[in-house]
Amino acid sequence: MTREPATLFLIILFPVILTLAFGISFGAIGGTQSTTYQIGVINMDSAEPYQQWAQNFVGNLADTDILKIQDYSNNETAQADLIQGRVQAILLIPVDFGQSCNSFWNAPTDPSLWMNTTLQLYLDSGSMFATQAIPPIIEQVLAATVYGTQPISVPRPIQIGSPSLVQSSKLTAFDYMAPGIFAYAAIFLTMTVAQSFTTDRENGLLRRINTTPTTPSEFMTAQAISNMFTALIQVALVFAMAYLVGYRPSGDAASFALAFVIMSIFALCNVGFGLITATLAKSPGAATGIAFVFIMPQMFLGTFVGLALSPSAQAAGKFVPSYYVTDALTSLFLRGAPVSSPTILLDLSVVSICSVIALLLGILLFGKYGKT
Amino acid sequence: MTLKEAAIVIDNLTKKFEDVTAVDGLSLTVEKGELFGLLGPNGAGKTTTINVLSGLLKPTTGSVSVGGYDVEKEPSEIKELIGVCPQDTAVFSYLTGRENIELFGNLHAMPKEKLKKKTDELLEKMSLVSDAKRRVGKYSGGMRRRINLIMALVHDPEIAFLDEPTVGMDPQSRRAVWDFIKELKKQSKTVILTTHYMEEAEELCDRVGIIDYGKLIALGAPEKLKAKFETKNLEEVFIQLTGRRIREEL
Repeated sequence: MTREPATLFLIILFPVILTLAFGISFGAIGGTQSTTYQIGVINMDSAEPYQQWAQNFVGNLADTDILKIQDYSNNETAQADLIQGRVQAILLIPVDFGQSCNSFWNAPTDPSLWMNTTLQLYLDSGSMFATQAIPPIIEQVLAATVYGTQPISVPRPIQIGSPSLVQSSKLTAFDYMAPGIFAYAAIFLTMTVAQSFTTDRENGLLRRINTTPTTPSEFMTAQAISNMFTALIQVALVFAMAYLVGYRPSGDAASFALAFVIMSIFALCNVGFGLITATLAKSPGAATGIAFVFIMPQMFLGTFVGLALSPSAQAAGKFVPSYYVTDALTSLFLRGAPVSSPTILLDLSVVSICSVIALLLGILLFGKYGKT
Repeated sequence: MTLKEAAIVIDNLTKKFEDVTAVDGLSLTVEKGELFGLLGPNGAGKTTTINVLSGLLKPTTGSVSVGGYDVEKEPSEIKELIGVCPQDTAVFSYLTGRENIELFGNLHAMPKEKLKKKTDELLEKMSLVSDAKRRVGKYSGGMRRRINLIMALVHDPEIAFLDEPTVGMDPQSRRAVWDFIKELKKQSKTVILTTHYMEEAEELCDRVGIIDYGKLIALGAPEKLKAKFETKNLEEVFIQLTGRRIREEL
């Protein structure tokens, strides 16, 4: 199987190219770089005597690592750039911004004396990350501007810890995708196993092997183990490529060991799906098509593709094994969760159960209906 | 494992596939060390018979024993005794000739040293030594058939089922395979050979069973059959029995 060019491509080149392509597109080669967001600012409060507040606010925004400020003189131009994706957000500072800040400082404990105002924040609806990352950063900067970094003099029972700017996320989009890419690479094992078995059946090799003392269970076990090793090689290749493009996962040796265990078990699941496919398919060509019945749901609902799905689709993802693999790897490598955490153990359990069922079912069905 | 009894015994074997009767009431016995030929046209039931003997198919009715073991009740014992050369070449195209042979030696749990020695010996006999390290996908048709044959015999089985081993071979290669099969007989191997080549049956076989539409229509040594039907060759025996040639002109 592994000398056939098409199979070699699927096993080795495809995951490598996939990782490289996504890593270059969404990550950073050679090291981590901060993600930055371009935000346009329209400062309507530029007149005396309170213009310093707005200037301080804009200055504080610029001092963050994550926001790049672009000044606009009017809202129409700014909105035009926002629609075209040239900026990820537009912040309109109203004319009474400084007056409002000043009213708070004059009477921080008496809201009746405050002059209320509203900052208008327009976000790029085409960017999932901008809509999630920018508002909390603006909130933090605003708080620092209004409250200052020094403790206010009026005692109160609740203190705000030294307001710190939101640590801009050093994670790139690729970092969020990487756990799903590991799962993605292993999913295609379904197709390679199905093609291999249908080809061997078509060539009379399975029949020939059946005339030897090697029992079907020995044969299937050998196939399962060899495919499991193939999956581990794929994972290692994907990890090596991801590392090359700047992926630096959290986690210790135990995390990596558990990740390999989960991927090995997940490989057995896909071997099972491959056997089921080979039972149904009458030819290698048909096997390729039918394999996508198992590949597509896992791919779209349970890997990095699932990041952008609707809540209902994400709920549907819980019915595919790859979802739990991605979730476990995300917990291990992104959140830095310990290997004994309940979520990871649950993910491992679900993947194991799915694998046992899929593999046993595949072996039973293929043994009964698929060998001839 | 050795033969419990020195025979293949087929007793009233019938094999049906839905509404097609591929083998119809076949009965015959093959003695130990005998080279038995199953001769008949395409579709006569030769390959089906081999598949039943190999344990790949179960009889519809009748009983079959190989080496004294029942094919339905003791198939694993039979698989220790037999080597099967299928009609279609069943080889791994992306493995070399040597790798294909060694794979099947390993499937029979042959010791490493013995496997290497036997592989070298068989490659030598089939004139494939210089091509042994090339992938089988690059072989000619004749070379593939020779590898196909070696894979069936590398583990030195007591009983060999050779299903049309020389189909598609050039005369020179066919002669080489004939010599090889004769050597098996000298080693007291029991061989069942299916063929639709009269000359092959006459050259190699101790006895021949002529089969047509699943039925055994003649049984005996080639010379005795020719004498009985007063013919010069087995083709004419077949014509007398069926009114047709074994290989009809298209």
